[in-house]
This record gives sequence, C-alpha cells and structure tokens, in this order.
Amino acid sequence: MNITVCVKRVPDTETRIRIAASGNEIDEGGVKYVLSPYDEFALEAALQVVEEAGSGRVTVLSFGGDATKESLRSALALGAHEAVLLKGEPTMDGWATAQVLASELEGDDAALVLFGVKAVDDDQQQVGPMVAELLGRPCATAVAAMEVGDGVATCWRTVEGGQEVVEIDLPAVATVTKGKYEPRYASLRGIMAAKRKPLREKEAAVVEPGFVVESLEYPPPRPEGRIVGEGPEATAELVRLLREEAKAI
Amino acid sequence: MTQAENGSPDELAAAVRDLCSRFGEEYWRKADEARAYPEAFVAALTEAGYLACLIPEEYGGAGLGLAEAGTILEEINRTGANAAACHAQMYTMGTLLRHGSREQKARFLPGIASGELRLQAFAVTEPDAGSDTARIRTFAERRGDRYVVNGQKVFISRVDHSDLMMLLARTTPEAKVAKRTDGLSVFMVDLRETGGSVRTRPVATMINHHTSEVFFDDLELPAENRIGEEGEGFRHILSGMNAERILLASESVGDGLYFVDRAAAYARERRVFGRAIGKNQGVQFPIADAYIDVCAAAAVRDRAARLYDGGGSPGAEANMAKYLASRAAWKAANAAMDAFGGWGMASEYGIERKFREARLYMVAPVANNLVLGHIAQHVLKMPRSF
Ligand SMILES: Cc1cc2nc3c(=O)[nH]c(=O)nc-3n(C[C@H](O)[C@H](O)[C@H](O)COP(=O)(O)OP(=O)(O)OC[C@H]3O[C@@H](n4cnc5c(N)ncnc54)[C@H](O)[C@@H]3O)c2cc1C
Repeated sequence: MNITVCVKRVPDTETRIRIAASGNEIDEGGVKYVLSPYDEFALEAALQVVEEAGSGRVTVLSFGGDATKESLRSALALGAHEAVLLKGEPTMDGWATAQVLASELEGDDAALVLFGVKAVDDDQQQVGPMVAELLGRPCATAVAAMEVGDGVATCWRTVEGGQEVVEIDLPAVATVTKGKYEPRYASLRGIMAAKRKPLREKEAAVVEPGFVVESLEYPPPRPEGRIVGEGPEATAELVRLLREEAKAI
Repeated sequence: MTQAENGSPDELAAAVRDLCSRFGEEYWRKADEARAYPEAFVAALTEAGYLACLIPEEYGGAGLGLAEAGTILEEINRTGANAAACHAQMYTMGTLLRHGSREQKARFLPGIASGELRLQAFAVTEPDAGSDTARIRTFAERRGDRYVVNGQKVFISRVDHSDLMMLLARTTPEAKVAKRTDGLSVFMVDLRETGGSVRTRPVATMINHHTSEVFFDDLELPAENRIGEEGEGFRHILSGMNAERILLASESVGDGLYFVDRAAAYARERRVFGRAIGKNQGVQFPIADAYIDVCAAAAVRDRAARLYDGGGSPGAEANMAKYLASRAAWKAANAAMDAFGGWGMASEYGIERKFREARLYMVAPVANNLVLGHIAQHVLKMPRSF
C-alpha cells in the first residue's frame, strides 16, 4: 500500500518571530525552518503503517520554494521512499494550497493521503479536508492512531474528553495529530541513503490566492509579575485572582 | 557551525539535535549526580549509526570524514549533552584502520561499526610518565607467539564500558633504543578474555567521566593482536592523535556554543534594575568576546579537518584547534557563569555541569602547555623545551 504525506516547511516554533517591514509577513532573516511538527506525526504514521504492511512506498509531497528541498530530504532521511516538490511561491491561502496539491494528487495511486492536523505557522487546519473534498474522498481529521485493513482504515480520533473510532473507505485522506506516533529520529544511514533517493521537482499549478494577509501584529507585551502576598494567608487571594481575573481555574 | 548560524541548519547537525532532544538536561543531571554511564543515550547514538561515522562502508560504517564526525560531536555538546561518554568509539579504531592487517580489520571493524563491540578505551597515560609518553614503562614481553604484559596505566577512560581496549606498551626497553619514541607497540586487548590479569580501579573526578587506573599482571596477548609493526607504535598512534584533537576541538566548539547560546538567551530575558541584564556591556561583552573566540577556533578546526580528510597529517593545525577551542569554551563557560549569577551554580540550570565538563579539554587528551611546546619547536623552530 502506498501513502503520500503532504508536508510543509515552517519556522521552528522556538524561533523568535519578527514582523517584516512590509507589515504583513514575517522577517525571514535568521529564522530556522523545520518540518511542521504535526506533519512529522503524519510521516511517522505512514512509515509505521507501511512497515507493518511489509510493503508499499511512502512519498512526501510539498508545495514551496527551493529551500523546501531541505525539509523533503529530512523526510527522506527518516525513511520516506521518494519526494516530490511542487515548486512555487507558498501562500497563506489554504484553498489555493489545497488546489495545488490536489492537482498533483489526482493522478496519484496512494490509498491514503496524510497531512498533519495543522501547520504550526498559520494554524488554519484547512488544507487536508479541502484536498479530500477536491479529490472526492472521505476524510478523518485529528487522527491519533490508525489501523489500515483491506480497503478500509480505522482511525482513533481525539475529541473533547475522549476518543472516537471511525472507519473510512480507501482511498481516503486523514489529518494526524499527537497520539500514537512519536516521530523517530534520523539515523546516519538514513541521512546517507536519502542522498540517493529520488526527489522530483515540478512546477506547481498556478492558483491565484483569494486570501491575503493584511497585517500582522505582535501579541500584547506580558504585564509584569505581581506578588499577591506571602505565606498561606495569601492563598485565598491568589485563588480568587486566578479564578476571577486570569480565569485560569 | 557556520551553517547552523546562518539559519539553514545543516542536515546532519539537525538530525543529531533531534536525537539529543530526547535526552534533556534532566537526563544528564541525573546521570551526573549518580555518576551513571549514560547508557540509553550511548545506545541511541550507536543504534542510529553516528558512532560508525568514520568506519569505511565496506566494514559497515558510513565512510565519512572528520568534517562530518566533528559536526556530530559539536552538535551533541552544543545541545548540553556530553559526547565524552562515547566519542572514543568513533575514533579509537583509527589506528586499527590505518595500521591493522586485513584480517584484523575484518575481525574487529564490523562489530565496532554495529556497536556490538565497544572499542572506546585507549591506554596510554601512566602515573610516572604523565605527558612524557615516550617514558611509559608498561612492558609487553615477547614470548613465542604471545606477548606478556605487565605495568600500570592511569586515567583510562571508559575501560569499564568497553569490550576492546587499545594499548600502547614498550616492547624494547628505553635503554636499548636509538630514539626514545622507538620500541613502543600498539596492541588490541580483548577485555572479555583477560580474566584476572587486567584489573581496573575507578579514579573519582569532578566530572561523570568513568576513568580508571588499569593494572596489568601477566596479561597474555596473542601476537596477532599487535597492530602494525613492533617498535613503531608511537608513530602509529600519531595520526590517531591528530584526529582525536580535531574531534575534541569540535566538542569544545560545541561546549562554547552551548554556553554562548544559553548565556545570550538568559541575558536577553533576565531583568534586574528594570532592564534586561544583557543591556549592560559588562554582561554582553564577555559573551560576545567568547563567541568570537569560539568562531575562530571553529575556523581552525575546519581547516584541520579539511587537511586531514584530504589525506594530510595536519599536526600543527590539529593541536592549534584543540588549544583554541578548549580555551574558547572555557572563556564561554566563565561568561555564562557570570551571566547566570547565582543560578550558574544551581545544578538544575546545567551550566555548572557543563562548566566542569568543558574544563577537561585544557588538560586532556594533551595538556595545552604541550601544544605550545609542539608549536614552538615544530612550527617556529625554537629549541625543544622538554
Ligand atoms: C578525565 C580524564 C580522562 C582521561 N582519559 C585518558 C584516556 O582515556 N587515556 C589516556 O591514555 N589518558 C587519559 N587521560 C590522561 C591525560 O591525557 C593526561 O592527564 C594528560 O596528558 C596530562 O598528563 P598528566 O596528568 O600526567 O600531567 P603532567 O604531565 O604531570 O602535567 C602536569 C602539568 O605540567 C605541565 N607540564 C608538564 N610538562 C611540561 C613541560 N615540559 N613544559 C610545560 N609544561 C609542562 C602540563 O601542561 C600540566 O599542566 C585522561 C585524563 C583525564 C583527567
């Protein structure tokens, strides 16, 4: 069984983000990029499913610029069999991105297309379900664990307060979240082998974005800490403030 | 390092960082407190093949050079981990690789590459010889098809976590050789087969380093365990020593960057007198000063690695890299200690552990004074001072 995993290159969550002079994008200088962490869960899920099946290939697919090759190679080092880069200017428009990916995936024989539940840069959670819609396939979102059988995948979904078990007919689309799939780390052999694995580059379909980022703003600065009092006597006041002011409990 | 600095992280470094992230400060602090061997970390690194970086592919390794090996060790230390637990598994086999016979290599290298055999102890230093290696007295006497070894070594690291140990011993008494460096030979000791003839006694140190005294009492070694020519041992290990210096320089560069990364981050965040402490030149300058030294050391290390990987024997560059990097790391360690104030001393921050660990490379594997002696004599052609 073949699986395609769509991945995105995003700023490392530990990077200190600065807004560029244009005011509607981030300043890329000094930013470290990584594979979006949820996409790592999806990749790990794909690798485990294929390993358990004992056959099949994992393809990683990404829409992005030249630098995205670095992320694809790191996915190859982790064990993906091949990579495809759809070369183009990535956009914040989930719908446009979904159309670009779907136009490539239409001809794909993968029984499963996996995404991370969201990309950690824009948090929109749109692209996976939109691609499913464009391909006319069922979609399970926020999948924490899956088992793939004959023509059907059983997915454990994380929902408020518990788990929901769903079955989707293959071919299908799923978005993966934190759960069973703890991403592996690359071995030195994996890194070396990745250099010999195919990384195909294609021009991405051109789709005009209909979603434009107008401006970005920093979160408000954190107020200074406040000492409520000292010793056990202060507890009641602290609890009151946490409940009424901070609404944390 | 330069790649990591400019925002496009080197792939190898990123993969090593990813592995190390599974073993955080808590893991290292506990190991340090218990003086425990970081077995889980070493196993992970071994299993992922990083310690087989320098072993040729035909023996199951990755067939890479010191540039890559240095990247791996630098990155390990930069994350706050301590590569000293297992670095020698990477390079001790170098003497075997360069001077061993086909049979010896086929016998040992695949097991070392897979990690099934740990060869991470190299017994050179003796209590009475110290830095004067040619003075060692541990003697391997030829008797027929065997050698019988008697003597004593000290500071032999990881011997209790090794299956194999490389040994430098005299095979001709010093009085009978033309040059003091003649008459030494290298042996492979299979520690699993030595019975009571090899005893070890731990040396307690200020770091979690697992280093020991080793006593040889009529240790019998088959002659086929001698690596290279009899009497040529000193010259056989020289190339390995250059490699070791370049690699340990990489660890010091990693240490230096660890301190600089941590100190700069803390100086940006910590507020005293109503402002970030990093706003004070008294705080930021020492960190910047140390960073410049670390970068300079890394540049010399890169040059040494390039020369070595190109087939050269860059004795001066390897020594200079080790000297510069150990000093830069130490400067950075002190800058970090100062920037952290009292918290530098608090074990939970990790700084004091790394501070102790980084200090080692000023004395080992060679004391920095001996590096100065080497440069003075061999590069600057001044008289030999020792
Ligand atoms: C934690 C640890 C691990 C080690 N691991 C190993 C190991 O695995 N295998 C191994 O073989 N060895 C190992 N060593 C030993 C290490 O290589 C030696 O400690 C080092 O080479 C210095 O030797 P020494 O301690 O006898 O110092 P000495 O040689 O006694 O030197 C003492 C001081 O005098 C200075 N000095 C000596 N001679 C001169 C001179 N002519 N000119 C100027 N200054 C001089 C030195 O620079 C030093 O500062 C380890 C040491 C430590 C601390």
